[in-house]
Amino acid sequence: MNRCQSWGRYPKAVQEIRPVRWRDTTVPNSGDKSILPYGLGRSYGDSCLNDGQALLETSGMNRFIAFDETSGILRCEAGMSLDDILKLIVPKGWFLPTTPGTKFITVGGAIANDIHGKNHHISGTFGCHVRAFELLRSDGNRTLCTPESNTDLFKATIGGLGLTGLITWAEFGLKKVGNAWIDLESIKFTGIGEFLELSKESDEGWEYTVSWIDCVAQGKSMGRGIFMRGNHSPASVLSRKVHADPKITALFDCPDMMLNSLSIKVFNTVYYGKQRTKYVRSRVHYDPFFYPLDAVNEWNRVYGKRGFFQYQFVIPFNGGKETMEAILRIIAASKQGSFLSVIKTFGKKVSPGMLSFPKPGITLALDFPNRGESTLKLFDELDTVVAAAGGSVYPAKDARMSADFFQKAYPQWRDFSEFIDPKFSSSFWRRVTTGS
Amino acid sequence: MNTILIVGATSAIAEEIAKLYAGQGQRLVLWGRNLNHLHSIQNNLEVLGAAEVFCFEIDLDVCGKHADLLEETVAKVGAIDIALIAHGVLPDQQTAQENFAAMRASLHTNFLSYASILTVLANYFEPRKRGTIASITSVAADRGRKSNYVYGAAKAGASAFTDGLRGRLSASGVHVVNIKPGMVDTPMTAHFKKGLLFASPKTVASGIVKAIRKNKSTAYVPGYWRLIMCIIRSIPEAIFKKTNF
Ligand SMILES: Cc1cc2nc3c(=O)[nH]c(=O)nc-3n(C[C@H](O)[C@H](O)[C@H](O)COP(=O)(O)OP(=O)(O)OC[C@H]3O[C@@H](n4cnc5c(N)ncnc54)[C@H](O)[C@@H]3O)c2cc1C
Ligand SMILES: NC(=O)c1ccc[n+]([C@@H]2O[C@H](COP(=O)([O-])OP(=O)(O)OC[C@H]3O[C@@H](n4cnc5c(N)ncnc54)[C@H](OP(=O)(O)O)[C@@H]3O)[C@@H](O)[C@H]2O)c1
Repeated sequence: MNRCQSWGRYPKAVQEIRPVRWRDTTVPNSGDKSILPYGLGRSYGDSCLNDGQALLETSGMNRFIAFDETSGILRCEAGMSLDDILKLIVPKGWFLPTTPGTKFITVGGAIANDIHGKNHHISGTFGCHVRAFELLRSDGNRTLCTPESNTDLFKATIGGLGLTGLITWAEFGLKKVGNAWIDLESIKFTGIGEFLELSKESDEGWEYTVSWIDCVAQGKSMGRGIFMRGNHSPASVLSRKVHADPKITALFDCPDMMLNSLSIKVFNTVYYGKQRTKYVRSRVHYDPFFYPLDAVNEWNRVYGKRGFFQYQFVIPFNGGKETMEAILRIIAASKQGSFLSVIKTFGKKVSPGMLSFPKPGITLALDFPNRGESTLKLFDELDTVVAAAGGSVYPAKDARMSADFFQKAYPQWRDFSEFIDPKFSSSFWRRVTTGS
Repeated sequence: MNTILIVGATSAIAEEIAKLYAGQGQRLVLWGRNLNHLHSIQNNLEVLGAAEVFCFEIDLDVCGKHADLLEETVAKVGAIDIALIAHGVLPDQQTAQENFAAMRASLHTNFLSYASILTVLANYFEPRKRGTIASITSVAADRGRKSNYVYGAAKAGASAFTDGLRGRLSASGVHVVNIKPGMVDTPMTAHFKKGLLFASPKTVASGIVKAIRKNKSTAYVPGYWRLIMCIIRSIPEAIFKKTNF
């Protein structure tokens, strides 16, 4: 069965699928096949795949266990989606402690990739808000992991890529909000330098910051973009309206030529030009602010049958401007650039996660249609620059980095390996540890 | 506020229905054979806003216990307003053809236990002169098919039973809803390849809750199955018997 794919629809994988619906489950026996939990498949590359082996499909294990409306502490099963959580908590005046750019991910996935959001500079990663979870191992052992007890397993599982066992439930703290709205300022910037200044200036007073950057523009326009910063609207705004379900679905795979370098260039130019003045202020609902892409179901099919890549890396602040400019030059020259390139600075808050991706510095995420060899070659070139700057690539988005690069960027991987459940494995892990 | 009894509450479809009722702040009573699972569902329903949730453990195949458990339930929770029957099994057709014990077990669960519970519920609601009984049968009840007539026959039995009961209870103002889901993506169909006709339990649940609210007699969920089954029923047998449905 080929039901479980990754979001980039590359690489293709075939695996036996074992649904788990109950938290008192035992890890199903998969014979001599290795297993890997699978949430909602919103990872782009192969970290949620286990080609030729087995997957535990967790999205049916999605029940709330307890919600303390006074303290904002939520406990739920690990297959629960952020989508369903928002529907419960927003009307009661709470919000997620941090959230990625889609609400269609599970709590298990949020922990296993230790996801980050637009508030990383203030709130850190999702793992920073986890108070406890239960980890079920293939030998039937259940361990309650908290920052105080079974700390090693706690740290290994946060950002642990699903390899340390099955998280059955988790408990985490929410953020109090008065309403469902965000006060947003959009500011045009003309280059990386200005972007960095805006980030610095906004780090304290603005809870959410993120920028769209034109990765096609060359020469004087290189590095131009739109900086967006937001705060939850003041308490005088009362509406706690919950988001609606997506109404549009991409029904078929678009032909490959739809996303050629011309259409990408036009998109980027129009997007930049759309905002006419330097500053724009607005009040927007949380849904379009955090999850603009969620409006279209299965939008990943727009990239056609061959699928697409996302490339996301982080580089340290020191020398960051020059490195980022070098990278933008390579991408623009390659003419493979993407529609949605997102740039943001990460803050200093340290996650408990052993293998977590975010580090203080600048992170850039870009989509690339899969054009085969030439795209892969471009990534290798980018890796070299990122590696030289002491940066790393995000496993949740990766389908191709070399074992060598991974092991240099994540030297802690060997210590981490001690905590892997002997029955668990993934396509990603085999690729970056053995190169196969 | 209504008190809603769900028989076979661990079913994926039933659980989605319970979630919708919980969101409306109703009281829920769950019957099922796995108490741990019922408690997981109970926690969830409570967080989602159910006024109260009660769990009762029962193997529904033991028909002799149905009346006693209903009595015990009513004694504990008070009057029931709506009862939904949702449990079921999907036997492997081939195994059923070869092994009578397997065939009988599935006929027992899908037909006899329905007949028993429907009767117990009818006897409870009839003198009270109000209430709703909803019984989940299936589109498979509409025509015997080569690929799963053992399941289909039991569902046809349950369906006819449900319809007959509606006649019996109409004078006393008790509504009886015959619910015929099409193909739904649940553990029951986990091993099937999922085509376009498969609906999610969530979609089906909202159709069922609506049918109950509107006092429908027969509800196909999703609604387009009414048309599909109309076409399937109208295919002449001489042709139909040669198909692989
Ligand atoms: C549009 C879009 C925007 C995104 N934006 C961001 C962003 O801003 N920041 C960010 O950090 N990420 C972002 N992502 C990536 C996404 O948040 C992560 O890949 C996330 O982990 C996906 O969660 P999932 O539930 O779909 O899990 P999957 O992708 O199915 O699995 C991810 C990992 O979690 C493991 N896992 C899942 N459930 C469990 C469990 N119960 N127990 C143990 N391990 C488990 C899997 O084994 C796998 O290793 C984005 C993705 C998309 C599609
Ligand atoms: N899925 C479909 O495509 C489809 C289509 C048409 C009609 N239906 C009908 O819809 C109803 C719900 O099915 P579903 O799809 O939600 O499947 P499901 O999730 O497999 O639910 C079936 C439930 O019935 C319970 N059950 C079976 N025998 C029982 C017994 N003796 N005592 C107590 N509980 C028992 C099972 O309990 P355990 O969990 O303890 O095993 C299970 O929870 C069934 O009547 C089914 O026939 C389904």
